[in-house]
Amino acid sequence: MNAASTLPVRPAGEAAPPPSRVVAVVGPPNSGKSTLFNRLTGLRQKVANFPGVTVEQHLGKLRIEDEAELDVIDLPGVYSLNPRSEDERVTLDVLMGRMEGVPRPDTILLILDVTNLGRHLVLAAPVLALGLPTLIVLNMADELERRGGDVQVEELARRLGAPVALISAASGEGYDTILQFLRGRIGIPRPVELPALNDLPRCREWAARLGAEAKYLPPAPPVWTRRLDSLFLHPVAGPLVFLAVVVGVFQTIFSAAAPLMDLVDRAVGASGDLVGRLLPDGPLRSLVVEGIWGGVGSVLVFLPQILILFLFIGLLEDSGYLARAALIADRTMAKVGLQGKSFIPLLSAYACAVPAIMATRTIENKRDRIATILIAPFMTCSARLPVYTLIIAAFLPETPLLGPFLGTRAAALLGLYVLGFAAAVVTARVLKSSILKSERTPFVLEMPPYRRPTLRQVGLRLFDRSKVFLRRAGTVILAMSILLWGLAHVPTKNGKAPEIADSFAGTIGRTVEPLIEPLGFNWKIGIGLITSLAAREVIVGTLGTIYGIEGEDDGAGLQAALRHDLTPAGAVALLVFFAFAMQCMSTIAVVRRETGGWTWPILQFTYMGVLAWVGAFVAFRLVTALLA
Amino acid sequence: MPHTRPPATLLDLRKGEEAILDRIDLPDDVSLRLMELGFLPGSRVAASFRAPGGDPRVFRVDGTEVALRCETAARLHLRPLPKPGAASAT
Repeated sequence: MNAASTLPVRPAGEAAPPPSRVVAVVGPPNSGKSTLFNRLTGLRQKVANFPGVTVEQHLGKLRIEDEAELDVIDLPGVYSLNPRSEDERVTLDVLMGRMEGVPRPDTILLILDVTNLGRHLVLAAPVLALGLPTLIVLNMADELERRGGDVQVEELARRLGAPVALISAASGEGYDTILQFLRGRIGIPRPVELPALNDLPRCREWAARLGAEAKYLPPAPPVWTRRLDSLFLHPVAGPLVFLAVVVGVFQTIFSAAAPLMDLVDRAVGASGDLVGRLLPDGPLRSLVVEGIWGGVGSVLVFLPQILILFLFIGLLEDSGYLARAALIADRTMAKVGLQGKSFIPLLSAYACAVPAIMATRTIENKRDRIATILIAPFMTCSARLPVYTLIIAAFLPETPLLGPFLGTRAAALLGLYVLGFAAAVVTARVLKSSILKSERTPFVLEMPPYRRPTLRQVGLRLFDRSKVFLRRAGTVILAMSILLWGLAHVPTKNGKAPEIADSFAGTIGRTVEPLIEPLGFNWKIGIGLITSLAAREVIVGTLGTIYGIEGEDDGAGLQAALRHDLTPAGAVALLVFFAFAMQCMSTIAVVRRETGGWTWPILQFTYMGVLAWVGAFVAFRLVTALLA
Repeated sequence: MPHTRPPATLLDLRKGEEAILDRIDLPDDVSLRLMELGFLPGSRVAASFRAPGGDPRVFRVDGTEVALRCETAARLHLRPLPKPGAASAT
């Protein structure tokens, strides 16, 4: 790599440069690190966890014309390299080449928010002390200019002993300088003496002095952030906006998603018919049409709903409103023993518990964090939607309650959301006053300025989510569908498929029937409950497959078949069961990883399972008595 | 009266009011984290918005805004501005 060899600074003791260059992106939170990373790597990135720890690592590839491909690592946002928190330890380990399975970076892009240069420049001291070729990337150049700030880049580079680029990661301005640097086309100034790293006040003074020498003129405070905050944090208007945002998000998810879901549904149906006509009659056609299309297709329909939910969470997060929401929620969260920072993971748990549980790592207090992990799966995740929607539509006729604003079905759905939330709150209270009791930890949260979310950033996020969802549909749900179809077709009788009741699947269902009969469920529901241990929405596919094999249609047919097999009381019990039970392998796996062992996930699975059974039993008895 | 006595901790600052941070009376790990966010002894701190209900509160320090619960803010001790009336934006 001739490009690398022109850089004067190289770690000592390295004879030949490695075949590919590895670039680490480092920076404080809210400096635009991820935006830069996304701009560098685009769609060519993957998200994983660093081995052995809970910190997410983003890896991507960057090809600069006619040069070899570069690996780009996006490190967690940190204010310092003191290895106190997990994020800081990981960042330091990766930069020192001590992280197993992660290539040692040979180049660093240190991204800092130029509108807050003095404070952000503090991080330059420990990063430059590592001795790796480093480009100081000053982000938010457009904002600095708009708000009347200024800085002399060349002077700063000279004083820092490192090249400096002034860019805007959002618009791409100045991006070329970064590529030039990565190609080794930018000279590195002579290194300078750095302040003692463990002396924070001295480091801050050093940063202030550098700023003054580079004629740094801090920008005026962001006017729009003040204006928006005086509304969003207004004693009366603030909570109202907060409520409106939460209700609006849910309303849109249900109303806006419906036509899109119809579209996917029709596409799935049409393609299934087409494939069915192309295949000869026989077991293969049955497997493909009933097993795969019936199973996977009935879950795919929910992609639009899930994407709309993630679109909102992305917009709220990127705009900066989520930090205000955490502030408003803090008092309420404090009442159940948690803190405002638990609000963000819990809100994203409405989409999916897996990213929510990963997001709990922003909570420094270990006990608060575990409590948040334990209650997150009670929040009504998007995988429950298919189940709820199906059962409610099958049993509850739609009648308007509040004119056009609220119908019985939406009200029932809202009730289930409240039920899950109540279970979470009660559980949190119990945990925080018993096994997870702790000192109240200080709630310290930086309020970033409001920023306009970029299409690119939000789009990438949605792309990422679709990939995860489709991968799940293509693996877990596909495998379960095929397995179930197989179990429903053996043992063969006289070379013919058995009645489903006599098949292996039927036998398994009848074996668990005594356990679930008190809840009003028969063996067919039992099969669904077992397959939905993999993922909740699988039950819809399973019932689709079972009734498909029985010769019923899907869609309205599935609803009719359900009405045949469940009493209204049983339907309520099934809804309650799904509200409480932890039927999700991915969540169990992520809890095990985040808590570092099997203790918590086993405890959680058992607790939620018992609560689900008892809750469903009570619901069944209660509704049966009421309807009698 | 609180109007005549200079504010002793961050909790005593009224919205828009400004003072100099003197010391942080909190465990090391918390105070270091606060220092990283800009709460260094000797720096200017101004009270900004509050959450509806008054707790937590937002403070403006070193070019950024940070939210703290009242119980934490009460542990950040202040000294008055050197020259009253010479307040300038941080």
